[in-house]
Amino acid sequence: MQAQAEIGEPEKEDLKFGFIKLTDMAPLAIAYENGYFEDEGLYVTLEAQANWKVLLDRVIDGQLDGAHMLAGQPLGATIGFGTQAHIITAFSMDLNGNGITVSNDIWAQMKPNIPKDADGKPVHPISASALKPVVESFKDEGKPFNMGMVFPVSTHNYELRYWLAAGGIHPGYYAPKKGDISGQIGADALLSVTPPPQMPATMEAGTIYGYCVGEPWNQQAVFKGIGVPVITDYEIWKDNPEKVFGVSNEWADEYPNTHLRVVKAMIRAAKWLDENNNANRPEAVEILSRSEYVGADYDVIANSMTGTFEYEKGDKREVPDFNVFFRYNATYPYYSDAIWYLTQMRRWGQIADNKPDSWFMDTAKKVYRPDIYATAAKELIEEGLMEASEFPNFETETGFKPPQSEFIDNVTYDGRYPNKYLESFEIGLKGDDEV
Amino acid sequence: MMTPNIKLKSIQDWYQGFSIKNLLLPILGILVFLVIWNVGASRVHTSLGTFPGPVAVYEQFQNLIADHQRERQKEVAFYERQEKRNAKKLAKNPDAKIKVRPYTGKPTFFDQIGTSLYTVVAGFVLASLIAIPGGIIIGLSSSVYSAFNPLIQIFKPVSPLAWLPLVTMVVSAAYVSKDPMFSKSFLTSMFTVTLCCLWPTLINTAVGVAAIEKDLLNVSKVLRLGWFTHVIKIVIPSSIPMMFTGLRLSLGIAWMVLIAAEMLAQNPGLGKFVWDEFQNGSSNSLGRIMASVIVIGLIGFLLDRTMLSIQKMVSWDKSQILR
Repeated sequence: MQAQAEIGEPEKEDLKFGFIKLTDMAPLAIAYENGYFEDEGLYVTLEAQANWKVLLDRVIDGQLDGAHMLAGQPLGATIGFGTQAHIITAFSMDLNGNGITVSNDIWAQMKPNIPKDADGKPVHPISASALKPVVESFKDEGKPFNMGMVFPVSTHNYELRYWLAAGGIHPGYYAPKKGDISGQIGADALLSVTPPPQMPATMEAGTIYGYCVGEPWNQQAVFKGIGVPVITDYEIWKDNPEKVFGVSNEWADEYPNTHLRVVKAMIRAAKWLDENNNANRPEAVEILSRSEYVGADYDVIANSMTGTFEYEKGDKREVPDFNVFFRYNATYPYYSDAIWYLTQMRRWGQIADNKPDSWFMDTAKKVYRPDIYATAAKELIEEGLMEASEFPNFETETGFKPPQSEFIDNVTYDGRYPNKYLESFEIGLKGDDEV
Repeated sequence: MMTPNIKLKSIQDWYQGFSIKNLLLPILGILVFLVIWNVGASRVHTSLGTFPGPVAVYEQFQNLIADHQRERQKEVAFYERQEKRNAKKLAKNPDAKIKVRPYTGKPTFFDQIGTSLYTVVAGFVLASLIAIPGGIIIGLSSSVYSAFNPLIQIFKPVSPLAWLPLVTMVVSAAYVSKDPMFSKSFLTSMFTVTLCCLWPTLINTAVGVAAIEKDLLNVSKVLRLGWFTHVIKIVIPSSIPMMFTGLRLSLGIAWMVLIAAEMLAQNPGLGKFVWDEFQNGSSNSLGRIMASVIVIGLIGFLLDRTMLSIQKMVSWDKSQILR
C-alpha cells in the first residue's frame, strides 16, 4: 500500500498546454514524449502559440489549461499591469537561456570599444558601455536606436534594461498612470515588443538593431550570419530564473489533484533533462527540433542546449550552465525570484507608486506557490522516483535564496529588502519617485 | 463547307478540341511555369537558404507524407498504452470510470487540411443560409433594398483581419461551457469566414431576384400565386444563375479568408501550419510553406469546380455556358 498522502485521481484528464517556440519549453515536451504526463493519468495536448499576449489571454479565458510563461507574466497579470487576472505558478521551468544579439553593423561599431585577450578575441562579458558611444552617435544624428524584446513584463525586457542601464544607457520608463505603456520615456535606446521567432527576421529587415531573446533565436542569428550575440543572461545575472509554468488561480482551485500531477510530471522531465551531466541533452535537442515543438534545425538548437554558445561566428565558448532545468533547485518557485521581477517592474515604472517591502512579499506569496511544489515533490519521493536530497529541505526552506551578488554590475540582491535593493541602482525609480 | 463524313469531323473535334487546347496547352503552361520557378528560385537567397524550387517542394511533400504516417503509428501506440493503463485502473478499482481519450499528438499536414475543409464548409453553409433568404427578401422589395443597401456596402469590404479580434472576443465571452461541443477556435474561424463571405451571395441573389423577367411576374399575377408559392416557383428558379455566381464568389472568398484567419489567430488548419513553419525557421520551412501554398491553391480550385458541378446540376438552362 502507498502512503496516506497519495494524491487523488485527476479531476480533469484532457489538458491543453500552450508554449512559445523556445528551447526552454523543453520540460513540457519531455514530460509528454517520455510519458510522464500519461503516468499521472493525464492526456495532454501541447500547442504552440503565436506570441506571449495570445498565450496569456488563452490561459485567462480557459482555452488553455496552463502554459509555459515568462516569469514576469503571472506577476504582471496578478498586479494588473497589462491584462488583469490572478495567475499562479508552482513550477519554475529553467534558469538562464537568453542572450542579447546586435546586428553585424552595430557589432562592427562596438568592436573597437571592447578589450581583447591574448588570442585577439573579445573579452567577455561585454558591457553595454561598449554600445554607449554607438547609441550616442545615433542620438547625435537624431536617429532612434531601436531594440527588440519579447513582452513588456518579460525576463528579456528586464535583462536587456539591466544590461543597458549597467552600461550607462537609459532604456526608458513606463508611466501606466498617464496611460503611457510604451516604456520609452526618457530613453536612449527604444525598446519594443517583437515575438521571439520573428526577432532575426525583424533585425534583418532593419527595424531593430539588436534584441534580447531566448534560444534558439540568438544562435539562429549567428547561423544566418545577420548578427552577433554579445552577452548571455548568465553573464548578466548568474543562474537567473527565467520561465515558469503558469495556470489561473481559479483553475488551480478547481483541479488541485490535476495541478499536482502536472507539477510531478514536469519535475521528472526537468530532472531527466539535467541527468548525468546533461547526458540526455542530444536526445532532447532531437525532440525539440521536431516541427511541432521548436522546429529549428538540430544544429542550431544543439549549440546552446549542449553547453556551448557561439558568439561571433567561430567564437564558440563553453557555457555549461547556459540552460539549467533542474540542478541548483531550478524548478523550485522561490519567493525571492518573484520579488526580483517585482523590483524591476518598480524600477522601470510599470509599478507606478512606491510600495512597502511587505507588499512585495504579499504579491510574491499570492503568485508563487512552493506549497504545491512541495506536495508534488514529496509524492515523487514517496513513490521512489526521486530522492529527498534532490530538493530543498522543505521543513526549513523559507523561499528566499541567500543574497546573490553575481550580477554584471556587482550589485547584491537580497529578496528580503526590495526597496533597499532599488536604492542601489543609479538608473531607475526608487523610493517615492514617479515618472 | 460542311464535311459530310461525321465520324471524321468528330475525331477532328476530339483531336483539336481535346488534345491541343485542353490538354497540351495547359501542360505546356505548367511546364513553362516550373522552369521559370526553378530558375527563379535558385537565384533567391534568403537567410533560411535558397528559395525552394519544384524539386525541393516535392521532397518536402514526401516528408509531409512520411510525417503523417509516423504520427499515425504513434497514435496506435498511444491507444495501446491507454488501454493498458485503463485495464490497470480497472483491476485496482472495478468501479473506476473509464473513458477513452482521443489522441493527443500533433495534427499533421493532412489533419490540418481536413480541419480547414471542415471549417470552410461550415462557415460557407452558414453564410449561405443567411445570405440566400436575405438576398431574396431584399431583392423582392425595393424599400427593403434601400434600407439594407448602405449596411451591405459598408460591411462588404471589411477585411477578415478586422473582424477576427471582435469575433474572438465575442465567442470567448458568449460561448462558455464546461463540455463544449465545438472548440472556440473552430467557432472563431467559422464566424469570421461567415462574416466575410456572406456578401457576394447576398448581393447577387438580390440582383437576380430583382431582375426577374416581367413576363414571369405577370404569369404569377395571373395565376394568383400566393407569396410563398411565388417565391418557390418563380423567384428562386429564375434567380438561380445569379445566386450561383454569388455562391462561387463567396466560396472563393471563404477559402482565402479562412487561411488568413487561421494564420492570425493560430486556429488549427492550413493557415496555422504555414505560420508554424515560418516560426520554426528550419532549413525545411520554406519548402514546406511552398508545398502548402500549392495545396491551398489546388483545394481552392477543387472547391470552385465542385460548386460549378452543383450549379450545372440544378440550373434549368443547360445551354448556358458555365466556366
